[in-house]
Amino acid sequence: MAWQWFHRLGSPRWFFEKTNAWIPWLAAISISLLIVGAVWGLAFAPADMKQGNSYRIIYIHVPASFLALAGYYTMAISGAIGLIWKMKLADMVMKSAAPIGAVLTFVALITGAVWGKPTWGTWWVWDARITSMLVLFFLYLGVIALQEAYQNQDTANKASAILALVGTVNIPIIYKSVDWWYTLHQPATIKFTSESTIHPTMLYPLLVMVVGFYVFYALVLLMRTRTEILSREKKTRWVQELAVKT
Amino acid sequence: MHPVRKQRLIMVLFVVIFASVAVGLLAYALRENINLFYPPSKIIAGEAPVDKRIRAGGCVLPGEVRRAKDNLDVSFLITDGAASVEVQYSGILPDLFAEGEAVVVNGKLNGEGVFMASEVLAKHDETYTPPEVAEAMQNTGEHQKTCEGMNYGS
Repeated sequence: MAWQWFHRLGSPRWFFEKTNAWIPWLAAISISLLIVGAVWGLAFAPADMKQGNSYRIIYIHVPASFLALAGYYTMAISGAIGLIWKMKLADMVMKSAAPIGAVLTFVALITGAVWGKPTWGTWWVWDARITSMLVLFFLYLGVIALQEAYQNQDTANKASAILALVGTVNIPIIYKSVDWWYTLHQPATIKFTSESTIHPTMLYPLLVMVVGFYVFYALVLLMRTRTEILSREKKTRWVQELAVKT
Repeated sequence: MHPVRKQRLIMVLFVVIFASVAVGLLAYALRENINLFYPPSKIIAGEAPVDKRIRAGGCVLPGEVRRAKDNLDVSFLITDGAASVEVQYSGILPDLFAEGEAVVVNGKLNGEGVFMASEVLAKHDETYTPPEVAEAMQNTGEHQKTCEGMNYGS
């Protein structure tokens, strides 16, 4: 019965009741990781040789950018599952993921601009990395807008899932843009195939922040999805009984 | 898998592949325009337009930065290892501008092959090092490594 869990996901009620206990755990883990990472990175990690203290924005910028990209795959894959298996829960996850991704992309763009002014000497430049990141922001906004554009929820799900799937093309472009073209933005610092070009004393708090952002993303996505379940299932008996109980 | 779902799966894969091919061709056709700047070797080879607003990028050649005594005029050479171009600029340079560091300059190429810059941006590399560690390594070669890492060859 390897596929049993997958079929069970077809029931929003089962998912809602199952995940109830996860929320406090995810909240505790993400908040402690974020506090440890932020204090370590902002107060204890050494300053950079050339940039001084302004490099510390990396502790927000890099995790936010990672999650903006990973969150897009979360949204697009749940959109695809919704299209293929007509699973209600997947459509709800897709809808819930869009605003979170949009906010993270916005944070990545803003922190990048704030860092760019003292480092490069400009807030903004139309290079491949920054422009493709702006396109990602508009893709998220497009999915949010399509969700609201139709009276019929099924049509809205279908339209936004297709947009999300087409937009996945942008993710490898963002990731590889700094290698494929001449850009002002520097190439990746954290490398998976060779040694990272950041000193370990600066890298460890960054990794703590990245893991913290991942757990925080899971928490926020779960909370939004649960709200979406209640809102879409509000006519069902179990939701009404739940509302009476609390 | 149920045949209807299989069909929908194929549709989804088709949408993703079709979009990838379309965007791939688009990026291939526009590949020169997506580049933010011209490297010096392309400027020397005559591939960059003269007297049009363009950007050039490269490493500031150590020992070739000349500053005027009484104003903000500065001239320096940028290189990509294969060729170098002279840049003239008048204004405040960014804090991270230094010999052996990468820059992107915005301006026009004049008839004599000199780049008249109206804006100089520092291109930061992907290395982060605490000052004590850099001192301990006695690392004067760090700047050169920066420029090697930029890989202008492609």
